[in-house]
Amino acid sequence: MLLIDCPYCGPRDEIEFRYGGEAHIARPLAPDTLDDHAWSEFLFMRDNPKGVTAERWVHVHGCRRWFNVLRCTVSHRIMAVYRAGESRPAIEDRAP
Amino acid sequence: MTQRHRLVQGGLIDRTRPLKFRFNDRTYAGYAGDTLASALLANGVQLVARSLKYHRPRGIVSAGVEEPNALVQLGEGASAVPNLRATEIELFDGLVARSVNAWPSLEHDWLALNGLFAKLMVAGFYYKTFKHSQGLWQRVYEPLIRKAAGFGRAPSGPDPDRYERLNAHCDVLIVGGGPAGLMAARIAARAGARVMLVDDKPTLGGALLSEQRAIDRQPALNWVASVAAELAASPETRVLTRTTAFGHYDQNDVGLIERCGPGASVRERLWHVRARHIVLATGAFERPLVFADNDRPGIMLAGAVRVYINRFGVVPGRRAVVFTNNDSAYETALALMAAGAEVAAIVDSRDAPSGALVDAARAKGIQLHAGHVVVGVRGRSHVRGVRLGRWNQGQALASSDGPGLPCDLLAVSGGWSPAVHLFAQSQGKLRYDEAACAFLPEQADAFQSLAGAINGLVTTASCLEDGTRAGHEALCAIGLSPTGTIAAPSVEELTGGAIEPLWLAPSTRPVGHGRAKHFVDLQNDTTAADILLAEREGFGAVEHMKRYTLTGFGTDQGKTGNINALGILAAKRREAMGGAGTTTFRAPYVPVSFGAIAGRDVGTQMDPVRLTPMHAWHEAHGAEFENVGQWKRPWFYRRGQETMQQAVDRECLAARRAVGVLDASTLGKIELSGADVPEFLNRIYTNGWKTLAVGQMRYGLMCREDGMVFDDGTTARLAPERYLMTTTTGNAAVVLDWLEEYLQTEWPDLKVYCTSVTEQWAVAALAGPKAGAVLDALSPGLGAIAPLGVCEAAIGSIPARLFGVSFSGAPGFEIHVARDHGLALWEAVMSAGAPYGIKPYGTEAMHVLRAEKGYIIVGQETDGSVTPIDLGLDRLVSKQKDFIGRRSLSRPDTARTDRKQLVGLITNDSKIVLPEGAQLVAQGDARAAPPVPMIGHVTSSYWSAALGRSIALALVKGGRARLGETIVARFDGRTVPVQIVKSSFLDEGQGNAHG
Repeated sequence: MLLIDCPYCGPRDEIEFRYGGEAHIARPLAPDTLDDHAWSEFLFMRDNPKGVTAERWVHVHGCRRWFNVLRCTVSHRIMAVYRAGESRPAIEDRAP
Repeated sequence: MTQRHRLVQGGLIDRTRPLKFRFNDRTYAGYAGDTLASALLANGVQLVARSLKYHRPRGIVSAGVEEPNALVQLGEGASAVPNLRATEIELFDGLVARSVNAWPSLEHDWLALNGLFAKLMVAGFYYKTFKHSQGLWQRVYEPLIRKAAGFGRAPSGPDPDRYERLNAHCDVLIVGGGPAGLMAARIAARAGARVMLVDDKPTLGGALLSEQRAIDRQPALNWVASVAAELAASPETRVLTRTTAFGHYDQNDVGLIERCGPGASVRERLWHVRARHIVLATGAFERPLVFADNDRPGIMLAGAVRVYINRFGVVPGRRAVVFTNNDSAYETALALMAAGAEVAAIVDSRDAPSGALVDAARAKGIQLHAGHVVVGVRGRSHVRGVRLGRWNQGQALASSDGPGLPCDLLAVSGGWSPAVHLFAQSQGKLRYDEAACAFLPEQADAFQSLAGAINGLVTTASCLEDGTRAGHEALCAIGLSPTGTIAAPSVEELTGGAIEPLWLAPSTRPVGHGRAKHFVDLQNDTTAADILLAEREGFGAVEHMKRYTLTGFGTDQGKTGNINALGILAAKRREAMGGAGTTTFRAPYVPVSFGAIAGRDVGTQMDPVRLTPMHAWHEAHGAEFENVGQWKRPWFYRRGQETMQQAVDRECLAARRAVGVLDASTLGKIELSGADVPEFLNRIYTNGWKTLAVGQMRYGLMCREDGMVFDDGTTARLAPERYLMTTTTGNAAVVLDWLEEYLQTEWPDLKVYCTSVTEQWAVAALAGPKAGAVLDALSPGLGAIAPLGVCEAAIGSIPARLFGVSFSGAPGFEIHVARDHGLALWEAVMSAGAPYGIKPYGTEAMHVLRAEKGYIIVGQETDGSVTPIDLGLDRLVSKQKDFIGRRSLSRPDTARTDRKQLVGLITNDSKIVLPEGAQLVAQGDARAAPPVPMIGHVTSSYWSAALGRSIALALVKGGRARLGETIVARFDGRTVPVQIVKSSFLDEGQGNAHG
């Protein structure tokens, strides 16, 4: 079980949170202007990196706030936690 | 019966506390401090089990958690526990246990006949034998195999014992209370760290409990006691004995299973410990040697023999032979002699063993057969002797001219395998070390340290030093400084020479020839021949070999035998040992009972039960309840001897002809406030919301971004910036999450605030032609509310909200009152409605009523692959604005015209009620042999009392273009012709209140 450092509440066990998929995928402002390919890229295609990934979590059994996590998919270590709307922190992107 | 193998003195048992116990219906005696295994051995009981496949007689092999053979059923009735290791069961007075895999008795097991057919039961035999006839498999083979295989029996009833789950945090978690773990714990505790030390035995000490060592010129146990006392007095240290760390999960999350011991009020505790730093001092397992008929009772691990002698005062045999490839077994020979047993010989596969231990054995006059192996065993239910053969490394066969030696105990040692399980679970990498003949851990990550035998260390002195280093490493990792200088104490011990690998001791004939079996995995009856066969048949990768031969499955997970299997496989493949790696180490390290996993979450405490304020009334009026999520909802109200169908018919007819009332308190209710609610609703719902005036409500559909229907419900405008949204009962929390997600992540600029008010309001939903009259009787003039209107009202003195809506296709209203007034409202409605024949109705009648009108239920008509267009709800899909899911409705797949669409079905025979889920096929396929193209399925199906016939809703490919067409429902071997009709079964104009 992960230990996630909620930016609003502090470190809590993973069972208090819900996973929200890859972070930094904004809903297109004008979906009607996208062709089918561009829309399907937004709708279905996600990165699956070996290494550090940015993902969304919500503290559903706590403050109910959404935030972002940088997590290594190999070691499951959490490298950084930051609030929704903040840009991805620069860290060395490597699989330990 | 006397304990004829018990020493007069010695051991850590309490001879002043004799205990009686029963094993396989015989009574025996033991002492406090015994395990079931040590007490059985003290009584001369070696035969304790039958093997899985061949039902060969089996004895106790080990003295710990790695035991593959001695599985027993402990206790009787509901509190029985199957498949416990006798080596891990602490003896208590009145203990009852029995063998698990023998019929009719352990001594006379009929299935031992399997041994005669051994040639047919090699690895993978079931794949080859049973693939031909499915009927034979189901009727003959599977029942026979299920009867023959497997171990214990399930308990006879619900577990009466109590279990607990706990969470803990600590600075340093130390796993293993042997010399290395104790040393690390002492250092961490003295520095003031918050320490947890866990050990799976009842007392600390690890190997020191059973090895003769002097530490600082004192018996080792004095040193153990001094550390234990210091830890007990340390306020920030918690020591858990009888506790096994079974899983090492992400970020130093460790699962512990604590057995609370005989007589405790809680049987087991499951701990989740989060440690800043972990010290793994988990020790090592001795491995057996693989040789001809190496499974006979009386053949034991050499280290286990020392445990039984030194810890339990039990000598498992009178005349022993020791067979080894390393020096540690020489200590067993010396211990046996010290305990008064005869040591017939030490058989050593090495040509020229040397060192202090070898010299000590020679000095005692023990005969040493160097460069020899055991090539055969005499005795079936107990070893009676061994035959030796000469052998040199590299030779395929041993000579047949070696001596025969009578014995009743064969102590074997194939070297030691570090207990790397937890390390490997935490993604630690292993490397094969030629000198140690073992897989050793590579560098641990920054959050854990490894100490002692897990690092391949052999001597007590080196383990103490390694524990000292690990303790300091842990302190450094958590940012504490050690208090003073703590050095490892001095140890007096004999040290040995180098081990030589011996994965398979050759006999005089090749493996697999003749009747002798070379067992690799005792619990699964896997032999060396099975592994060679797996390799020949293409299953030579270690993970394939494991699954083809069952090596390493079962309760012991191959703790003793796995490495021999890898050695045999590598030799067969002419590869260097270790190059192919190991099989994967997975949690749990030991079996964990379901009781401990469940903890207190059993029975009524498993899940909260949510009740409406009218629940007691429903109970008093014959309601039978349906679970909807955590809610208990009235399903129908039975009167007298009514059947369910009769009750539902009566409730439906009341709503259609007079008036019915439904407890709708469970509806999900979310209050939305803020200036931007109309814009937000416009984006969330598929239809338009900007024109909704105060005092009005509207029905809407929500889609996911992929265009599939996600929820439906109404939203009412209570005030300019205040709205009430209702959701499906089971979806309320999900919808709230959904709204909050979009508000926080996509549209944080919108001023909208969401509050769940599901529990705050009780709701009575009236439906039927007389519903308005009942409202007027409750409060004159209320019945005049417009369809889809909303207003404040008063029912007597109860403030209420009135909504002109029902989910029935009949004229209807919802009355919402504060939860505490729910029952009063309900009773007022029943009393006002009595002159009009009001009837309460349950969820089943509600389903029938809405289906008569063709209203969908999300999750019944939809399954996450249905769009609003598929449901024929185009009129609710705005063309004027964007909303979540809109763009997806024009994707090529969602725009297809042959998608499954919602239609009604009527059976040609009006009495037949189709089963929900029934498959629909074209008429031409009515009697075709499967597979038949499926063109749809029934989503809802009921008997409609109002219509006097059955009705059904279905999703049918291109359904709306096929109205009037006849297709066929196929179910239970029947074919029923059905006609496709519109999805509303009521006349136009009937039931108009659903937006």
